[in-house]
Amino acid sequence: MASTDGAIKEPILAADGTPLKQALRRSQARERRAAFLLVAPLLLFILIVFAVPIASMIWRSVYNPEVRNFLPQTAAALQEWDGEDVPPEPVFQAMAADMIVGVEKRTIGRAAARINREIPGARSRMMRTAREVDEWSAPYREKFLETDERWSDLDFWRLLKRETRLVTPAYYLLALDYEYTADGEIRPRPEVYRIYKALFWRTAWMSMLITGICILLAYPISYLMATQPTRLANLLLILVLLPFWTSLLVRTSAWIVLLQQQGVVNELLVALNVIDEGGRLRMIYNRTGTIIAMTHILLPFMVLPLYSVMKTIPPSYLRAAKSLGAHPFRAWWRVYFPLTIPGLAAGCILVFILAIGYYITPALVGGDSGIFISNLIAQNMQGSSAQLKLAAALATILLVAVLVVYWVFNKLIGVDKLKFG
Amino acid sequence: MGETKGESYLLSDVKDAEPAGLPRVSSGDVRSNRPMVHFDKVQKSYDGETLVVKNFNLEIRKGEFLTMLGPSGSGKTTCLMMVAGFEPATHGEIYLDGQPINSVPPHKRGIGMVFQNYALFPHMTIAENLAFPLDVRGIGKAEAEKKVQRALDMVQMGDGSFHGRRPAQLSGGQQQRVALARALVFEPKLVLMDEPLGALDKQLREHMQLEIKHIHESLGVTVIYVTHDQGEALTMSDRIAVFNDGVVQQLAAPEVLYEKPENSFVAQFIGENNTLLGKVKAINEGIARVELPDGEVVEALAVNAGPGERTQLSIRPERVEIDPDESVSDHTVTARVEEVIYLGDHIRTRMTVAGNSDFVVKTRNRLGARRLDPGASVRVGWATEDCRALDHE
Repeated sequence: MASTDGAIKEPILAADGTPLKQALRRSQARERRAAFLLVAPLLLFILIVFAVPIASMIWRSVYNPEVRNFLPQTAAALQEWDGEDVPPEPVFQAMAADMIVGVEKRTIGRAAARINREIPGARSRMMRTAREVDEWSAPYREKFLETDERWSDLDFWRLLKRETRLVTPAYYLLALDYEYTADGEIRPRPEVYRIYKALFWRTAWMSMLITGICILLAYPISYLMATQPTRLANLLLILVLLPFWTSLLVRTSAWIVLLQQQGVVNELLVALNVIDEGGRLRMIYNRTGTIIAMTHILLPFMVLPLYSVMKTIPPSYLRAAKSLGAHPFRAWWRVYFPLTIPGLAAGCILVFILAIGYYITPALVGGDSGIFISNLIAQNMQGSSAQLKLAAALATILLVAVLVVYWVFNKLIGVDKLKFG
Repeated sequence: MGETKGESYLLSDVKDAEPAGLPRVSSGDVRSNRPMVHFDKVQKSYDGETLVVKNFNLEIRKGEFLTMLGPSGSGKTTCLMMVAGFEPATHGEIYLDGQPINSVPPHKRGIGMVFQNYALFPHMTIAENLAFPLDVRGIGKAEAEKKVQRALDMVQMGDGSFHGRRPAQLSGGQQQRVALARALVFEPKLVLMDEPLGALDKQLREHMQLEIKHIHESLGVTVIYVTHDQGEALTMSDRIAVFNDGVVQQLAAPEVLYEKPENSFVAQFIGENNTLLGKVKAINEGIARVELPDGEVVEALAVNAGPGERTQLSIRPERVEIDPDESVSDHTVTARVEEVIYLGDHIRTRMTVAGNSDFVVKTRNRLGARRLDPGASVRVGWATEDCRALDHE
């Protein structure tokens, strides 16, 4: 037997003389391989349907190929230009050449659309010129300026030069209500266009509010469930899980029936003379509707981890605290509550992160004042005015926000301490 | 004030046997003759149909170590919980040091309690656990620290290496000590213990029994101890209340309980017991003549059986002599040896006596002790006062 006294200087050897650690590793290699093979399918699945799409989304949010790829000669020619005066003839010549190629390949429209996003009206001018340019010959500069004097607009050319880069923060600026000025500086967008930042904040505080309401509702019911006999506890659990088992549309129409201005709640309040006819409450298609409906659907995510943690807390802890002289509230606060934190934190993180990215419920009952950032992301993904890259930028910001929340939680509570059920 | 009418649980002839060396009562207590705890006609029902505790009367003296012993479901833990305040009494009143406490909430009773699973708070360190009762009483930090140290010293865990640990980092025995220290740290006059040693292995349990007994003796606190382990009860207690079916069967000091059981339940429950069924033919000056099924007539102390009644005779295995001479035994009966079990320090011989094939005789394994062969026929005998005629269950 090797002595293990004091600091072990030389490695312990296995019977055949190899270091013990190495021998152990070798003997466990097969189990490790087997474990890896077990998770390999899931790993592959997650990689393909989750990691890759997210990486591609993040790439799209900064990818800026239009000017560089579709106006390649102009982009090259502009590198020489100092930006002080209307560009010289070679630039216009390059532009003409790019336009001819662009019309042929039908790519000129995409380049024009990209520029139009920052200089409204640039698209139609570019398209009109592009249609005529194949009939022109050098010198192009005069021809361009003759067709439309706005071709002498320095802002246009500066933008073009700036956006020759392949990676741009432009969509992120937009997503945070900033924009580039003509001379390339960053400034807040005009008041009327500022919608995203406000919506991010609204999403955040409404998610927090919903999480808070969920705590208030879930804590007592979880406690009740944890302290009741199993049969009653299961019945309560079923009631709590009911929102999971009803179709979204059924649930939503139920909310509408209940909450609309001619709905059950309002009728009841009027009948009880709590409010008069004119004072009927608006409780749906606005913030209130979103909060009520989302609290309802997200409540189980708070109840389940809380319940599972509370079930493991023996009632003797509270009794012990009381027998030691603590007032029931103090006993609860000092002994019971700290022990429920792992479940509470798990519930909070589940509800908050689910809420912050919620789409369907705000879309159905949120009206204008109750929509979330996800609804705007969705808006930017569909229809003729789709701005996929802006949507990608917004989604990436949301993703980062969630990761930040998760990180803060980890710092405060420790993810290893969470108990999800 | 509880006007005690002397209705504490007394039994006809045992007279509340005084245990040898009653521990000293807490100093500074003038009226120390007032009971620490007094159960006055207490009843408890959980469902309104059956009584878990039926008409319970008991006085517990100050400084006493009283054990409630009984099989599970006999009502002993319920009684403890009623003292602690976690279960309300359905009827009757409990007095703590003369004050009725039925309407006093648990946290105002000032009773220390050790729970079956220790109930140490897992999110607090050992020092925080011990400081908890002091903290809620508003005791200053410096003084609390001193008291915590003293309490940990008392359970031999005061060397400083335990203060910062969490309960989960301690062994079962250490957790048990901490639970004990926590129940004592705020210097309660009464400590309740609900099977505190149930989770420990045998050796540690026996060690802790003595340790708890010594702590009790040195502090002079009153202890109510609940257990289903009769050995534990015999080792530690001043008096034992044997519970069965919601009723106290007998309340007495350990040696009285073992040697002079009042009824057949107690005789069976405490220690090993030989039972012979019979019928009382006559009682003369406290001695019953009992006819056994095989026609033999023996004499026994008439404890709990009247003339003409069926009775269970109770004889302890170590009080039976094999082939006795007249000087030790008043009576001998015929027995057939069934089985001989060698146990080192003593030998158990199972015999058939008067139709009972489970009659056990314990003999000390002394030099020249005789080993019987199964199938042999011998005479066994005992002194009349070791044979008690009890009720027939």
